[in-house]
Amino acid sequence: MAQEKQPQRKKIEATGQMMQIMSDYFYDLNAAAKSAERKVAWCTSVGPAELLRAMGFAVHFPENHAAMLGATRMATELIPEANTIGYSPEICSYLTADIGAYLKHVSPLAKAYPGIEAPPRPDVLVFNTNQCRDVQDWFSWYAKELNVPCIGICSPKNHTEVSEVLIDDVSRQIEALIPTLEEVSGQPLDLQKLREVVALSRECTELWRQVLETAAAAPAPLTFFDATIHMGPAVVLRGTPQAVAYYRRLLAELQARINSGTGAVDDEQFRIYWEGMPVWGRLRQHSELFAGLQTSVLVSTYCSSWIFPDFDPLDPIRSMAKAYLSLFIVRSDAYKETYIKRMLEKFHIDGIIYHDAKTCPCNSNSRYGMPQRLEQQTGIPSLVISGDLNDLRCVSDEQTITNVEAFIEQLEERKHHA
Amino acid sequence: MTTAVFVGLDMGASRTKVVVIDAQGQMRGHAVKKSGIDFAATAAFCLDTALAQTGAARCDILAAVATGYGRNNVAFITQESKTEIGCHARGCYHSFPEAITILDIGGQDNKIIKLDSRGRRDSFKMNRKCAAGTGAFLEEMSSRLDIPLAEMNDLARQATQVLKLGSYCTVFSATEVLENIRHGKPVADIVKGIFYSMIQRVLEMDALSEKVVLSGGVVAHNPYLVEMAAELIGRPVLLPEFPQLTGALGAALYARDGFQESP
Repeated sequence: MAQEKQPQRKKIEATGQMMQIMSDYFYDLNAAAKSAERKVAWCTSVGPAELLRAMGFAVHFPENHAAMLGATRMATELIPEANTIGYSPEICSYLTADIGAYLKHVSPLAKAYPGIEAPPRPDVLVFNTNQCRDVQDWFSWYAKELNVPCIGICSPKNHTEVSEVLIDDVSRQIEALIPTLEEVSGQPLDLQKLREVVALSRECTELWRQVLETAAAAPAPLTFFDATIHMGPAVVLRGTPQAVAYYRRLLAELQARINSGTGAVDDEQFRIYWEGMPVWGRLRQHSELFAGLQTSVLVSTYCSSWIFPDFDPLDPIRSMAKAYLSLFIVRSDAYKETYIKRMLEKFHIDGIIYHDAKTCPCNSNSRYGMPQRLEQQTGIPSLVISGDLNDLRCVSDEQTITNVEAFIEQLEERKHHA
Repeated sequence: MTTAVFVGLDMGASRTKVVVIDAQGQMRGHAVKKSGIDFAATAAFCLDTALAQTGAARCDILAAVATGYGRNNVAFITQESKTEIGCHARGCYHSFPEAITILDIGGQDNKIIKLDSRGRRDSFKMNRKCAAGTGAFLEEMSSRLDIPLAEMNDLARQATQVLKLGSYCTVFSATEVLENIRHGKPVADIVKGIFYSMIQRVLEMDALSEKVVLSGGVVAHNPYLVEMAAELIGRPVLLPEFPQLTGALGAALYARDGFQESP
């Protein structure tokens, strides 16, 4: 029988430190939820966490919890719980998995962190629809269930340029959140504190950008699959010194790999751009699949979504508005295509894989002809794989493997004929 | 004449196919069997059946390549497996060495593969996780109508009109078929509608280039589908001599080429 290829992946040494700061973060959240003095806010992953952190809230990110449900493969059994109360299997499987977990009284936090039973009970829920409408529906369900206020930003969408008019709009919406947050927290907004948090967020995301850009080296010292794990602090600890310290260490390790010519994948032959969400329940399998094909999936739009170069401590609220409006997912296809083309060049990409996530249309950029347009413009071939971020009922492993192997065969042919 | 041969095995979701070729790429033997649940036994049966047609024995196999879903479950394979996309492309290009678009209709998958004039793959697409347009859809409809698969081709040919199915969901399509039965529509027209639906679902997957090649077991056993496809595409389509065996033939050609290139 022909030998199956053995995947070769390298462990990142800084992982231990990341696990520690993530653990500290979850225990702190848990303690805040149990204390009478500290208040807990739930927040969408791309803002306005800076405002909440500056106002002294312990901040929980339901998307992070939902991704953990996916990565631990708990989600698929929990999603039907939300389906039965009227949340369709066709909508965001972060939402359905998270609400399903609440209904079933289960959480991956309880397994990972002894003493923690569930996500912290919120005092306020704060959303930003710059990602999708589902986050508002998601938070609204909890607001009703737990009888807590739900406020947020209804973001403009599909813009090519981030104009002053749009920034004015979102700035006003951010300012409109403040009275409710002051009432819940019992303290006024300290502008100096906000400047400090925004400065730390900026530093964190700048370091995260440098971490991701190490993958421009050949061989790439970091894969997309590594990055989906190591972006944890950029999501949940943005605006804290711990996140900044962590990314300094990770960056140093990756730079050492570049200096020694060490790739994340042995004998890297092909370099792939991943467009869309990861399949959280298949991170390991996908990582091994590509490593076995001497292929580095080394850069993605998804992991780059936590880079906010616009944060400016001198103008915190307007710069937050600009940063949240500059996010890839909220932009027009014209902007997205220009962005991806720049990335393809910068990272020396051989092929693009689009993950068409069944329940996440906003993060599935293969549905309106983008792969064909980009392929025509760049000559770089692409593949669309069907799947989902959390709902493994929408994933066919055999089809994924066949598609990926055939795609790499195609790239080999191109290389051979070049 | 030497008895040295090369073997390609295509272990599909529905059927297992083996092709034996000589060093010149001529097909000397072939076999097809339901894949079933014992992949190793099915592969061995197909191999021995195909070899028996050539006069060669297992020890005469210089190289063997496997493809298809069961490609990693076979003992007699000597080289790294290839995907069925690669093998169908190789097999079809062997018959039609020019720029072609291959429409492969398999038991579980449909594929559209585009090759340039040198046989280099420009792109490929597989169907979504959905039975629409596949052999599995035809089998489901055959069962619903209680008509053996082997009779559906001739029935469709007798139709006077086509009763089109609007849905791409197999369950919804079955409901539409039942509705047609309830309204007393002729069975032949219903079957033609099923064929029409299959071709439509495949054509919706991608744009086609000038020369179109059809392959796969479904077209091999239903020549009326080929005629219907040509009509819908608006020009004649090309058909290999053994449409069901193109994947296995491609695997055999890869085996030969790999053997000849090896030091």
